[in-house]
Amino acid sequence: MTDQPAPAGPDTAEQAVVRFMRGVRLQHDRVRDQWVIQAPERAFVPDPVATEILRLVDGQRPVSAIIDDLAARFDAPRPVIARDVLALIAELTGRQVLTT
Amino acid sequence: MNAMPPAAPPPMSLLAELTHRCPLQCPYCSNPLALDGRESELSTAEWLRVLDQAAELGVLQVHFSGGEPMARPDLPDLVRFAAGRGLYTNLITSGVLLTEANFRALADAGLDHVQLSFQDVDAAPAEKIGGMTGAQVKKLAAARIVVADGMPLTLNFVIHRGNVARIPRMLDLARDLGARRVEIAHTQYYGWGLVNRAALMPTRAQLDEATRAVEDARARLGPALAIDYVTPDYYADQPKPCMGGWGRRFVNVSPAGRVLPCHAAETIKSVAIPDIRTASLGEIWADAPLFRLFRGTDWMPEPCRGCALREKDWGGCRCQALALLGDAAATDPVCARSPAHARITEILDSLPDAPPPLVYRRFGNAPA
Repeated sequence: MTDQPAPAGPDTAEQAVVRFMRGVRLQHDRVRDQWVIQAPERAFVPDPVATEILRLVDGQRPVSAIIDDLAARFDAPRPVIARDVLALIAELTGRQVLTT
Repeated sequence: MNAMPPAAPPPMSLLAELTHRCPLQCPYCSNPLALDGRESELSTAEWLRVLDQAAELGVLQVHFSGGEPMARPDLPDLVRFAAGRGLYTNLITSGVLLTEANFRALADAGLDHVQLSFQDVDAAPAEKIGGMTGAQVKKLAAARIVVADGMPLTLNFVIHRGNVARIPRMLDLARDLGARRVEIAHTQYYGWGLVNRAALMPTRAQLDEATRAVEDARARLGPALAIDYVTPDYYADQPKPCMGGWGRRFVNVSPAGRVLPCHAAETIKSVAIPDIRTASLGEIWADAPLFRLFRGTDWMPEPCRGCALREKDWGGCRCQALALLGDAAATDPVCARSPAHARITEILDSLPDAPPPLVYRRFGNAPA
């Protein structure tokens, strides 16, 4: 712990470990051959980019490792991927899908 | 397999109504007026087969409901089987039978979420509606057990003219208990709710106040508490997209094994009600006349057929058209474009100032 909390910039955000909230999960829908987010009273289909990100959310690895993994596999600069990943995590945290 | 008609997309949700038995007697219950007795209920083995067929068909979420589903001692077995088949499991309960021990059994079986009903914030009016003394303290205890475990909890409040003024306190209660979601759902006027419509329907002014209370709470409480708000469609100009379209997303299996496109569909008498004891869920979903009756848009009369909203509201509610106009294939009369829309205005204009006595939901208590 430091005396003063650091501003929650991208570096801090990348150190966080995110996980699905209890009662929320990513699941492959075999019948429709698509990934779905199962949540209380709703199920919804993430877009392909969100799906790639969410498949790496395991409650173990930090966000930076998720970004590194995607940067190694997809043809896009790391800062672009980092921006997408952090934006998705912020959005899905607000929608009670993910938590840190 | 024989040649099948063009396949309907598979259902997303199964409402498994395990029993119509319930310690509560709420006069707006969504169960039909003709309640199934214990002797007619599907067995454990039959429910396991329904769950297996549902998962195979493409159902993603199963909602264990009733009646009071916790009155079935096999509930943990059903939850465990459903969870093992990848189904998202939701328990819709009054909470009055929930204890630390039986909740633990459900959580260990893989239950994902609990939706807990409340009749009101204060015990006296809540227990007058529910017809069970001592229910409120049991419900509060149930909520605390679920939240302490960390399982997501939704509180459900059914709204009527007697409790509409207390919505702000209902939302505060949901927040204080640590619920993740709350449903502020105005009574839907079918079955028991329709019988009690004159006693339950709020005024337009009460509805407006309720809507303001929800909007205020959304601004005040932020995203930590998701609020689902359902209005009574009598005050709307457009019908609700009932069940997301007939036979399109949702399938309901009644305690006795009747398979329905919605809770109220047994009121439609023009075709046979499919029975899970004599056909599979997949066969019924694809082929049963009841499911094909109002699927899609081909069945629609004008003005629905030519309406730009026909695939948004799917023609509204068939059971409402039947209940209010005597014709399940008519345009839902809550639609301002319906030739029978004046019927709604007449009903609202003739609501009594003093509510008549409630007709409680219990076996043998339905009016003839």
